[in-house]
Parts: sequence; structure tokens; C-alpha cells
Amino acid sequence: MIRSLQRITPQLLTLAALVALVTLFFPNFISISYDGARFVGPIVDVLKRSAPVALLAVGMTLVIATRGIDLSVGTVMAIAGAVAAYAITSGFGLPATLALALLAGLAAGLWNGCLVALIGIQPIVATLILMTAGRGIAQLITEGRILTFSNNDFAFIGSGTVYGMPFPTILWLATAILVAALMRRTALGLLIEATGINRAASALAGVNATVILIAVYMASGFCAALAGIVATADIRGADANNAGLWLELDAILAVVIGGNSLLGGRFSIAGAMIGALIIQTINTGIVLAGFPSEYNLVIKAGLVLVILVMQSPNLSADWFYLKTLISERRTARAERKEAS
Amino acid sequence: MNPRLYPLLTTIGIFIVGYFLCYLQFPNILSTRVVGNLLTDNAYLGIVAVGMTIVILSGGIDLSVGSVIAFSGVFIAVMLRDTDLPAPLVIVMLLVITSAFGAAMGWLIHALAMPAFIVTLAGMFLARGAAYMLTIDSIAITDPFFAAIQNAYWLMPGRGRLTLIGVLMVVVVLAGALLAHRTRFGASVFALGGGEQTARLMGVNVGRTTVLIYAFSGLMAGLSGVVFSVYTGSGYPLATVGTELTAIAAVVIGGTILTGGAGYVIGTLFGVLTMGLIQTYLVFDGSLSSWWTKIVIGMLLLLFILLQKGLLRLTAFGAARA
Repeated sequence: MIRSLQRITPQLLTLAALVALVTLFFPNFISISYDGARFVGPIVDVLKRSAPVALLAVGMTLVIATRGIDLSVGTVMAIAGAVAAYAITSGFGLPATLALALLAGLAAGLWNGCLVALIGIQPIVATLILMTAGRGIAQLITEGRILTFSNNDFAFIGSGTVYGMPFPTILWLATAILVAALMRRTALGLLIEATGINRAASALAGVNATVILIAVYMASGFCAALAGIVATADIRGADANNAGLWLELDAILAVVIGGNSLLGGRFSIAGAMIGALIIQTINTGIVLAGFPSEYNLVIKAGLVLVILVMQSPNLSADWFYLKTLISERRTARAERKEAS
Repeated sequence: MNPRLYPLLTTIGIFIVGYFLCYLQFPNILSTRVVGNLLTDNAYLGIVAVGMTIVILSGGIDLSVGSVIAFSGVFIAVMLRDTDLPAPLVIVMLLVITSAFGAAMGWLIHALAMPAFIVTLAGMFLARGAAYMLTIDSIAITDPFFAAIQNAYWLMPGRGRLTLIGVLMVVVVLAGALLAHRTRFGASVFALGGGEQTARLMGVNVGRTTVLIYAFSGLMAGLSGVVFSVYTGSGYPLATVGTELTAIAAVVIGGTILTGGAGYVIGTLFGVLTMGLIQTYLVFDGSLSSWWTKIVIGMLLLLFILLQKGLLRLTAFGAARA
């Protein structure tokens, strides 16, 4: 526990610094009040609005841990949202609607996983296919319109509250904790990391890398479907063109900010979740602090750049070299002192 | 015959067969009007895809181009509206900016040894953000120089219009083909796509080549932005969202292998034209909706990747037997 906390310390510090920074510009940022039915306040808003990216990031973390990448998650969100809206408007009950949408996500993941694991296409290309074609499929389902519905039970998933907490927040926290527990309390996490470090070697060591890869992409599809359901329920409508647009990139960003290397091999779901919170704090903070939202993307780009520089293997090699140099000098000086 | 030519020939073959099938159903599709429009409508995509081809041949990827095109349109529109600078000077300034932007990304990729994917992703945010910061509205371009380019066309027999931007696209493709297949720089690009270590051993200056590759892609994206602003007559920061992926798809359909090291710039032209043809067919048909374009392009993408996989295996098999 302490060790895993240690690992995400930089991310936690970044988040704390950001919250402090936003509070400096907008003092009410950390105020939370209870209006009799739900908690309200910017922090609660951040926790709610990070739901889609956080959900995507759970799946994306696993995919990236296998040295892969899933570009199709935004599109899968749109597909799952379209399926859900279609099912609920054509009179299916809520359980059937949710099941269909989640199945769509699993099917998308199965497709991606088969292309990567069985045919051996590189992940970025394999998922690009679904990213291109998937939005067309979503539009096919909604027939190019924004499919709206007025089912309150379904809308609850997007805007309801449980004990005053927004339901999307509970959903993403529960998903993250469940998946993290599944990964760390069983050997699954280890197997995924082994596949990411060296697929051939892990296969030789008895890991069924093919099944692991397919399962990871299916998990990503499932998480994307959950995110799509939340987004669709929130606006009470499925927009095949804009649902989940660019969110794949935000999800990747959340994973990378969370301290996970794009080269795979090890992962931290907690880190990715804090990454998602950091992204949403930036988004909300920029608006609350009174900056025009146009600055949002530029600030995000700057942030990515800083993180890139910190993660750069070249730089860390230089740093390592510097450290050895310093310690060598120190030993040399100590030896000289002893000699004299 | 060189097995590396197979994907290119397949692309051209699919384009010709597709065009023939369309012709059987709608004989008018062979008119110079349609051909002229095919070139004009896809000019900006063709130009940016040439830059993308060079990047992909080197084993990289450039996700920033769609945002750079949008930035270019907005930059031109704002500069022409708010300053008295002549249009050609504004265009030159823009091309210098986008080339420098690409070069900076190339430098980061090389110097920090980071994946091109994530560096150009940051570039994508930055360019789109810069466009937003200039304006969030759509701005019309009313400059006479732009109006002149817009109206510059040669009336082909059959009343088809061969526009200046359509011709420019073809010229850029030819220049790109020369650059990739006939110059020292092109050889370095292919070498880099084959493997960085190998390229280094061959004496390729990896750092300089990487910077030049992304600078070239930036230049092409800027040029594509100029063409797009001529085509739409305006600058809009939300324009061309997702064009980077369309361009990548065109490159792959054109027969270039995404891991780098093999492919032809001419193939990209046919990739772009094939995608344009699907769009044209849907317009002619009228009953099919535009979302079929995305689905068909996705299927074509899959087809080509499978084809390349198969060919790679076949050639490896052939080499093992020989």
C-alpha cells in the first residue's frame, strides 16, 4: 500500500498543486455544500465530469501495459451510446439496453483484439480501422440524427445521485477499484505486464499471450461502452458525430500523465485515475479561473510537453550519468581526505 | 517483378475497377466535370497525404496535420483581415511557421527519443489551441488574390474545370515522388523506416533527417491549409478535425506499409482518389448516406493491411525457399 502510494506521489503532488493554483484564481473552487439532495461544488463537478475519461483510462491503462494502444475508444463510446439510445427508444427495458450497449463494446474489443493478437497488426493501425469505420456504424444506427430519449431510469446513470454523490462518479470509482483489485489480487496484472515486456518470451514462459491480448482489448471496449452509456445518459441523446470525439487522446494522456510508459510493461490504474482527475481539473479550472476556454488546448499541450521531457529516456540516462558522476567524485574526494 | 510493387499495382487496379463499376452504373462519372471535381475536392487531402507518406515511410506518424490545416486557414484569414500585408507574403509567413513547427516536433522526437505518436499529439493540441486563440469564429477571406486563385481554372473539353489547386495537388505528388525516390534525403527516409540502427550504420544523419521529415510534413500541412482556405474561402478553427487519420488511411490504402520502409508516393495519390471516388459514388447514388464512406474506407483499410501482411509473408516464404 505504502509503496503504491509512493509511486503515484508525483501525480498526487501535481494534482494538489493544480487545485491550489485554481483555488488561488477562484477561491470557491474547494467549497462543497449540500443542498438537501446532492453535494454541489466545483470539486464534485470535477469528480463527475472526469467519469468518461477515467472509465476510458481504466481500459487504456491495461492496453498500454501490453505495449498496445486503443485509438477506437472514442468511437466505441459513440457506438455504445447509439446502441443504448436505439434500444431504449424502441422499447427495450433498462437491463436489456445496458446489456446490448455493453455487448457492443465487448464485440468492438474482440474485433480489435483479434486483429492485434491473431493477425499481428500493430495496435495503432488495427484500432485505427475501427476508429474510421466505427463512427460510420454509429451513424448507421442513429441514421445520422441525434437520437434523443426521455427515459428517467436510463438518464439516472448520467445525472442521478446516490447519497448525494453523482452516479457517474460512483461508477468510475467502483470500476477503477474493481479492476485494480482484480489485477493486483490475482496474477492477471503480472501476466499483462509480462506480455507487454516481451510477448514471445512470456509465451515461452507459459503465459497465454494471445488470450491476454484479446481480453485486454475487450476490457478496453467494455470500459469504453460504460463511458458511452454515461455520456449518452447525461445528455439524454446519442450524437454519433461528437460523442467521445477526441476522448481517446485524453484517455491516452491520462494514462501517460499517470506515470505509465507508452512502451508498456508496467502499469498503475490509480495513477491513470489521478491523470484523468488532473485533466478534468485543468478543464474546469481554466473555465472557473476566468480564462477563455480557448486556452485549454494550449495549456494541455504545454503540460504534455513537460511530462514528455520528464519521461524522456534520453534525459533520464543523462540524469543517471550525472548522478554516477557526482557520487564518483564524492567517493574520490572522501578517499583523498582519508589518504591525507 | 518486384514484390514491393504489388500493393501499389493493387491500389491502382482497385481504383480503375472501382471507376469502371461506377461508370457502368452512372456513365456520366467519366465526364471531365467529375474528374475535375475529384481533383479539386481532394486537393488539400492529397497534399497533406504526401507529407504523411514521407513521415510514415520513415516509420513515424504525424497526428498534428489536421490541426495545422485549421490553424493555417485561421492564420491567413486573421492576418488578411487585421493587417495590410499582401496575401503572398502572408502565405510565405505561414509556410515558414508550419515548417518550423514541424521541425520543432522532429527535434523533440529525436532529442528526447520519445514516440512520434505522443509528440505529434501534443503538437495537435498546440496547433488547434493556437487556432482557437486567434479566433473562435469562422472568418471569410475576401482578399482579391485568393479570389483570383479560386477562379483560376482551365475549362477542359466537356466543360470540366481543371482548377489551379487540383493541378497543384498533382504537382506536389510528383515532387513528393521525386523527393522520396530520387534524392539522397529520400534514401535516408527509407533507411530510417527500415530501422534506426541500420540507418545509422549506413551513415544516415538520423537527427537531421528526422527534423527534415517533420519539417516537410509541416510544410505540406501548411500548403494544404492554404489550399483548404482557397477551397472554402474562409478560416475556421474547428475545420478538418480528424484529417490526420483520413490522410493516414489514404497512405495505407495507397500501399505504404505503416511500419515504414516500403511504399510509393504515387500510391498515396490513388489512395486519395479512391476515397474521393467512394464519396462521388455516394453523391451520384443519392440514396446511400455519407456514413457509408467511413465504413467502406474502414473495410478498404483492413483489406490493404491484410494484403500487405499476406504479401510480406509470401515474400518471406519466397526468400526462405530461394
